[in-house]
Amino acid sequence: MDEKTSNALNWRGLMAISAFFLAWYLACAIELPGFAEMADPIQVMRMFVSEYVGEANYWISWVTSFQRVLYGFLLAQLVGIPLGLLFGTSQKFKDMFFPVFELLRPIPPLAWVPMSILFWPTNEMSIIFITFIGAFFIIVINVFDGVRDIKKEHLWLALSLGASRKEVFVRIMLPSVIPSIAVGMTLGIAITWDVVIAAEMIASDSGLGRLTWEGYVSSTPEVLVIGMISIGLAGYLSTKVVHIIERRLMPWRRG
Amino acid sequence: MKPTGAVEVINLQKIYGAGDEAVHALESCSCEIPAGQFVALVGPSGCGKSTLLNMMAGFDRPTQGEIRLDGEILVSPSIQTRPNSDRVVVFQNGALFPWKTVIENIAYGPTVQRKLKPLEALDQAHAILKNVGGMERIANSFPGQISSGMQRRVEILRALINQPKILLLDEPFRAMDTVSKSGMHQHLLDIHQRFQTSVFLITHDLGEAILLADTVFVMTTRPGTIKLKIDVELPRPRNKEMTLTEEFTTLQKQAIAAVHEEARKAFERGEKELA
Amino acid sequence: MFVGISLSVALWYGLVNWTPFLAFNRLPDPISVMMEWISRDPDYGLSIFTTDYYLHIAYSTYRATVAFALALALGVPLGIMMGWKATFHAYAGALLDFLRPIPPLAWVPIAILILPGDEPAVIFVTFLVAFFATTLNTLLGVRSIDPDLIRASECLGATARDILRDIVIPGALPSIFTGLQIAMGAAWFSLVAGEMIAAQYGLGFMILESYNLVQYPTIVIMMATLGIVGYASSALIRYVGKKMIRWREQSLGGLSGDMPS
Repeated sequence: MDEKTSNALNWRGLMAISAFFLAWYLACAIELPGFAEMADPIQVMRMFVSEYVGEANYWISWVTSFQRVLYGFLLAQLVGIPLGLLFGTSQKFKDMFFPVFELLRPIPPLAWVPMSILFWPTNEMSIIFITFIGAFFIIVINVFDGVRDIKKEHLWLALSLGASRKEVFVRIMLPSVIPSIAVGMTLGIAITWDVVIAAEMIASDSGLGRLTWEGYVSSTPEVLVIGMISIGLAGYLSTKVVHIIERRLMPWRRG
Repeated sequence: MKPTGAVEVINLQKIYGAGDEAVHALESCSCEIPAGQFVALVGPSGCGKSTLLNMMAGFDRPTQGEIRLDGEILVSPSIQTRPNSDRVVVFQNGALFPWKTVIENIAYGPTVQRKLKPLEALDQAHAILKNVGGMERIANSFPGQISSGMQRRVEILRALINQPKILLLDEPFRAMDTVSKSGMHQHLLDIHQRFQTSVFLITHDLGEAILLADTVFVMTTRPGTIKLKIDVELPRPRNKEMTLTEEFTTLQKQAIAAVHEEARKAFERGEKELA
Repeated sequence: MFVGISLSVALWYGLVNWTPFLAFNRLPDPISVMMEWISRDPDYGLSIFTTDYYLHIAYSTYRATVAFALALALGVPLGIMMGWKATFHAYAGALLDFLRPIPPLAWVPIAILILPGDEPAVIFVTFLVAFFATTLNTLLGVRSIDPDLIRASECLGATARDILRDIVIPGALPSIFTGLQIAMGAAWFSLVAGEMIAAQYGLGFMILESYNLVQYPTIVIMMATLGIVGYASSALIRYVGKKMIRWREQSLGGLSGDMPS
């Protein structure tokens, strides 16, 4: 196996992506089965530039979706991290409530949609709740794993050096769990976006997911694609932000 | 039959990278391993010993100079003979296939080279495991289930079954404790006595080098070159008791002096290990 | 552990029936859900005794299985190729990185447009998510193989094909199975979403439908069923993985290859 791999965009990658766009264009041009009503990349670009870039509504969709992601994600971290810590530190608590947690975990977040709509007074809150569910289970599991992995020796050492339980918790446990939190956040942000978009398509009247869905409903495939690419970009940006946070939290992880 | 496995290293140079980043691993490095002899190479960390071994094995080629095996060119700037079972390596951290049993590991070489049918290969593997290793009982264990000493021995058997011209050992006992190591030394001495294969051993342990080898080469720090050749005239078959003799201690002092000087230089330069 | 479960159920019951919050009152309570689920003549037509119940399970399971099988068949070889050959990785990696951030549901409208019919579209979207997860984990598995193992096999005379068969695939297998578990979880995630938007029959579809038809206990039944089926499928993969990776289980201090999905 060669060691020449790197994730930087190189000419081969660019070639592959260009080939993809070319294939797309051709599929529309020759009207391959299924592509008859599809828009080609150029049409998409044209519509995007003329009707979306300058349009306030478009950017408002961005903000709306981002807000939902933000609230749901942050809430999941705020509730999930302490819960994960609790599971990891208290055997009693874990024995009692972890089974409940594990029973609820396999239920896909979107399955919660109707219950969420029934329960929450506003549509917005129900969407944020679903988003929360998406990221919540992941962060709890990762933090829990992180606590379990802490070397007992570190804890014993601290205690034998005279640290109080509180000090051990704050100065040893918390920093040791940070990498797991980072992993949980990275995984969580991707899921959060998936969930927000899905929820918007199913149950909302605003946001990028809705935008994409409307493109479908109104039979304007250009809008469809614009929506998809916008979503992809937004998701990509969020992941980058989480990466930056991760780097800040763990400066020792260079290479 | 004429003994085989004579290796000549002729004026080897190896430079990695270019310009300012260039790493001068080896320079004018020459030594030889007569057929059937046990040769050890010692030197400070990062001086290029593994680089030399890798080239012998065929994983890399020199920037200048050449290595010959029984007169034929193995590697040169323009030639790189692919790795084959003439020169089998035993690795530092062990490279037994974790998902194959001990016996499957040992039988791997002959099987994959299509030299023997799978069942025949297994038979031979059983034979060598029993007669040479004395470890018949672990035949169907996985590497993860046996101790590191046994793992090393199995790896050596895995190499030997292919009747290699030369056995290349890259600090194989580095991570082992003294007791296990001492068992391994005896084992290696017995094998060399029995099979008369050429052996090239890289080690940090000077006592180990002198006990096992016919010749000990001392390498300088980077860029590595051979600084000293010590002929070990202790009689064979050897055993652990010889380490207490006066001859042994003299040789050891000689080697220590040479290596320490290089080690100090390397330390001052803050050398990092070459791969 | 039953204490915790009973407490939670009791809490659920209490919140729904005894608190003065409309939000809670609207929800179905555990008793009515349970009664409905095991009733021979359920009010809303779905219980463990009705065939329709199993019909929906069958539809969802069928879609998930097809999507998963496709993801496995395409993702594992692709992941191996990408981990094995750097040039291949250069081409394919960029394309995958480009397409991966797009959430699965965002593909649904396009899939419906291009593929013939809703059914293939739902399966496609489910496939896509599982595919990315499988490929990525396979790739990581191949990359994590100790290079000394490869060098050792070269010394012993193995050709590239031998190395692929004897080293790369067995070596990557633990990661592949971890990836498959994740892929399974991801598949169910997208499947539910896809069914909600664009399918007839199926557990996801039924969840939304029960809501629309004001059949609330059924919602919970479907949710629970989803949880069970999802868990069972992951457990199945874990089981197969353990069987195929005996050498790890038996090793001194072996890991069990479980991963939170």
